[in-house]
Amino acid sequence: MYLKKLALAGAVSLSGMLMSTGAYAACAYENTVPLKSLSAGFEAWKAVTDAMAECGNFEAELDQEFRTKQPAAFAANPSLYQIGGVSNGTITPLLNAGTIRPLDDLVAKYGQNLAPNQLIRVDGKIMAVAMMVNTQHLMYREDIFNDLGIETPTSWDEVFAAAEKIKAAGVVDYAIGATMKSGWNLAQEFVNMYPGFGGQFFNGDNTTAVNSDAGIKALETMAKTLPYADPEVLVSDSTYVQQQFQQGKIAMSNLWASRGGAMNDANESSVVGKVKMAAAPVAMEGGAPATTLWWDGVVIAANISDEEADAAFRLVMEGMDEEMVKANNEAAIWLVGGYEPGPLAAGAIATATATPAAPPYPSTTQMGLLHTSLGNELPAFLTGERDAAATLVAIEESYTTAAKEAGILE
Amino acid sequence: MKFKTFFWFVAPSLFMMILFIAAPLISVFIQSFQITQPVMQQIEVETCTPGFLTQTCTTELKTVPVIDEATGKTQTTTAWVGLESYRNVLQMDKVWAAIGSGQFRDILQIDFWKALRFTLTFTLLTLPLVVGVGLAIALAVNNAAKSLRGPVIFISLLPFIITPVIGSLSIYWLFVGDGILTTTLERWTGQDIAMFAQSWTIELLMYFYRVWHVAPFAFVIFYAGLQTVNMDTLESAIIDGASRFERLRYVIVPHLMPLIVFIALIHLMDCYRVFEEIIGFRSEAHVISLQWLTFDFLTPDDAGNRAISRASASAMLTMIGIVILLILPLRRTWRDHKGGAH
Repeated sequence: MYLKKLALAGAVSLSGMLMSTGAYAACAYENTVPLKSLSAGFEAWKAVTDAMAECGNFEAELDQEFRTKQPAAFAANPSLYQIGGVSNGTITPLLNAGTIRPLDDLVAKYGQNLAPNQLIRVDGKIMAVAMMVNTQHLMYREDIFNDLGIETPTSWDEVFAAAEKIKAAGVVDYAIGATMKSGWNLAQEFVNMYPGFGGQFFNGDNTTAVNSDAGIKALETMAKTLPYADPEVLVSDSTYVQQQFQQGKIAMSNLWASRGGAMNDANESSVVGKVKMAAAPVAMEGGAPATTLWWDGVVIAANISDEEADAAFRLVMEGMDEEMVKANNEAAIWLVGGYEPGPLAAGAIATATATPAAPPYPSTTQMGLLHTSLGNELPAFLTGERDAAATLVAIEESYTTAAKEAGILE
Repeated sequence: MKFKTFFWFVAPSLFMMILFIAAPLISVFIQSFQITQPVMQQIEVETCTPGFLTQTCTTELKTVPVIDEATGKTQTTTAWVGLESYRNVLQMDKVWAAIGSGQFRDILQIDFWKALRFTLTFTLLTLPLVVGVGLAIALAVNNAAKSLRGPVIFISLLPFIITPVIGSLSIYWLFVGDGILTTTLERWTGQDIAMFAQSWTIELLMYFYRVWHVAPFAFVIFYAGLQTVNMDTLESAIIDGASRFERLRYVIVPHLMPLIVFIALIHLMDCYRVFEEIIGFRSEAHVISLQWLTFDFLTPDDAGNRAISRASASAMLTMIGIVILLILPLRRTWRDHKGGAH
């Protein structure tokens, strides 16, 4: 028995090796420079780094804590990683510290297949190459909506009206799922809602402008979600909401597009084919969808030799090619050529192409500070310890203290 | 022992203590009076980000740090700011305003005081429970049949072996909305149970978890202590007609008193740094602790900012809190020690 197992294990590992050499042929060239990358760990990054690994001499680190590791790792000389995976939220510390290099000459050399909207330019220089967009948009159970005769909601008022009907029908545990885990997730909900009411985050002098009419409206809308949501909503993050969806416990949610693929994963989901995507609801009539647009892409470290940078960028282009996208079409809303938007992408595309369009998440030092303040001060409002006006004052004060300490405000 | 021999015996641990305890402590102490900031400049930047089909470019005034040409690092300035970081953490102006207007609940809106309230309640409530439960288990095991003692000791020690973060995560997974225990209880009672929806249930779970986790430690110490109880005294107490409770009250507990003080010391020190429960239970919305507050200041946001100065101030305040809590039991130990020397 034991021997048989051992033989089997041997055969499996052998075939694994064969497969990897087989896949090796899928790369157009052989990479001779040892390269490493550090990025987030979701499906799309796995697809891209796997495609890059086909060229050999490449080691990918997929880590959800990448945002804490990246600034220090790239500040080392030589940098600990040649390639970094970032989003518009996490590129800021690298840009500020000057630890990533301009890519203009490399794009000219290897980037023939890149679409113009993939090039992230800061101050005229290409600093990153985007591969996909992400956004929070409305995901809903089409079967429930059809049964109850509810139209797809396009505004938050319609969302609450639909939630009322679903709650009355009692077909699911909770009508709305919300990613309101205190901290980053909860703050992001506000960052989605607030611009939807036409709010500006900052004044010209770097003080925050959230203590405004739009701020009150955003908070009130967030509070309206609570009666229809899980009472433990302040501990539920994207993964938890995704699971609630998969287990058929919620009927709709303003959830990340990158979570869409999991709805049709028959191994985990009991609602395969029943979840549809629509544009993020608008907060007010004539406004933009109440969400923010995100991109994920690749940066190359500054503290490495030009040869390494050259090899790294060439490898990235190989990983982000049409072949990879065709093989992983459903893993993300790709910006790479060859992508054919499926039904899962409909909501994100509708959100991104709406007029007026949802704003991109502002990637600035101030926004980082404000995001933290929001994450810490919003829970008291949602637990009912503090009213909306007092909460906005608390956010303002917390931001001001942090901004003074960070040298943003005098 | 000769002083020289003694010195070489303790030198390695003394060196480690200076390197890993004293030096960081001094560094944190100094940093709590300083603020290190990058030099910022405002520049006009055009940023282009992708939409799905087209690109949106915006030109805006951005505040970015200045990068030193020579070293390639961001320029920073360090300034002495006195007690400002402590003021930012304590926010005494708001506290006095709240006291002045009689709105005492407003004090608990401030992070530090909210954290202090929980940390103190947690520490002081679990202390008697840990001592009581530990003593109860020790007495039970001591009175159990010899053949049972081994397995009983083994089982009661198990909670103590589990890594605190893992233990608190397990409790979270058991009691969260779709956890096994919650679902079973819901089916049983027919009611919707949400343990993580309000702070008092979360706090209850935290007390329960901490007592479950630490009581075995108290038990082991007490059990060892029980083996040294003077049998002659106990027997004479029985002859004098003392009841089981009176024997416990007048013979056993006084004998174990130094151990009780020892456990109280360790427990106060550990509990005041309560942290794992907050992270494991994801209770930041409802309940936070002082140690979590320091952690939160230290955690960088997406833009890479971290509040080192406030984190240092908060860490120093935590240390001061522990020292104040420990004064009473330490004084007692010291007096006992001095008394013993006579």
